[in-house]
Amino acid sequence: MALTQQTHDAALTPADPGGLTHPERAALACRIAKINDARDFEEHFEALLDNSGASGDAARIADIWFDGGSDSRLKALIWHVDLVAHAPKDATRRDIELLREAGLADADIVRLSELVAFVSYQIRVAAGLRLMRGME
Amino acid sequence: MSKVVHEFTTAIPEWKPYVKPLDLAEAAPAQLEALKITPSNTKVSDYVLVLAHDVETLTHRSPLFNGVMYNKGGLSRAEREIGAVGASIVNRCIYCAAVHAGRYNQLTKDETVIAAIFADGVEAEISPRLKAILDFSVKLSKCPSDADASDMQALVDAGLGKDEILDLILSSSLFGWANRLMHTLGEPLLGSD
Repeated sequence: MALTQQTHDAALTPADPGGLTHPERAALACRIAKINDARDFEEHFEALLDNSGASGDAARIADIWFDGGSDSRLKALIWHVDLVAHAPKDATRRDIELLREAGLADADIVRLSELVAFVSYQIRVAAGLRLMRGME
Repeated sequence: MSKVVHEFTTAIPEWKPYVKPLDLAEAAPAQLEALKITPSNTKVSDYVLVLAHDVETLTHRSPLFNGVMYNKGGLSRAEREIGAVGASIVNRCIYCAAVHAGRYNQLTKDETVIAAIFADGVEAEISPRLKAILDFSVKLSKCPSDADASDMQALVDAGLGKDEILDLILSSSLFGWANRLMHTLGEPLLGSD
């Protein structure tokens, strides 16, 4: 569990965030929580977002109805995160190309993927543990 | 000419990344450290070299992965592989499914279970215990998770203890993570022979 917390920090608030800011990471994680119907995680990431000194733009990413608007980079980030959180089976080579066309470097594509993948993992561990506690 | 694999198989494909793996000649010290690169060990898979782009996450991910899949006690290693296979089926990660189905077969010397799962998914005719494990893994892997109290009860009824259930939760969830990297960042190829 300590490793899970350390990975949480590495994915959400890394010392070297590369091309994905801390507020963007918290806001995207908040979307992932919403897509998973995970209210406790939604609140957790919202608090993280509030504490990250987010600009209005980054905060809007957490709004599930916001698709990035006219910002092509944000639009690509949101599209990819929603897809990989909800239906990773539908992801193809084209989805990575779309991120590149939106200006993401390969390292940032990997950072983004780790963020979605890790948060999806953490939400499932918590959901499973909650079911276990329900048995007691 | 190699071909992209779209169907589940136990023949392990080659994984070809869509993004450029880290070039070891350009790697930062922290990346070499996370990769455990030493002069006598320079062989690292493309998958790990891709993940090395996010070195802070990779540093914690590797020990976490080993702990979940190989720590002593709890669920048997073979049954943890079923947790991995269940997630990989939902997320259609052909590569992860192949590797972990293959490990199950290797550990149990029994290929019938995986053959049944690849043919019929959660409808596979397998032992009640394995069926409860597979069902739980598949449901937990959906988005949102579809696992509920009756699935948890099915695990208990099938004889799983708490420590075993915990290992199943961890291995299934871990593959939700692995699949979201492996399946989205590259594709499985089989070379023609």
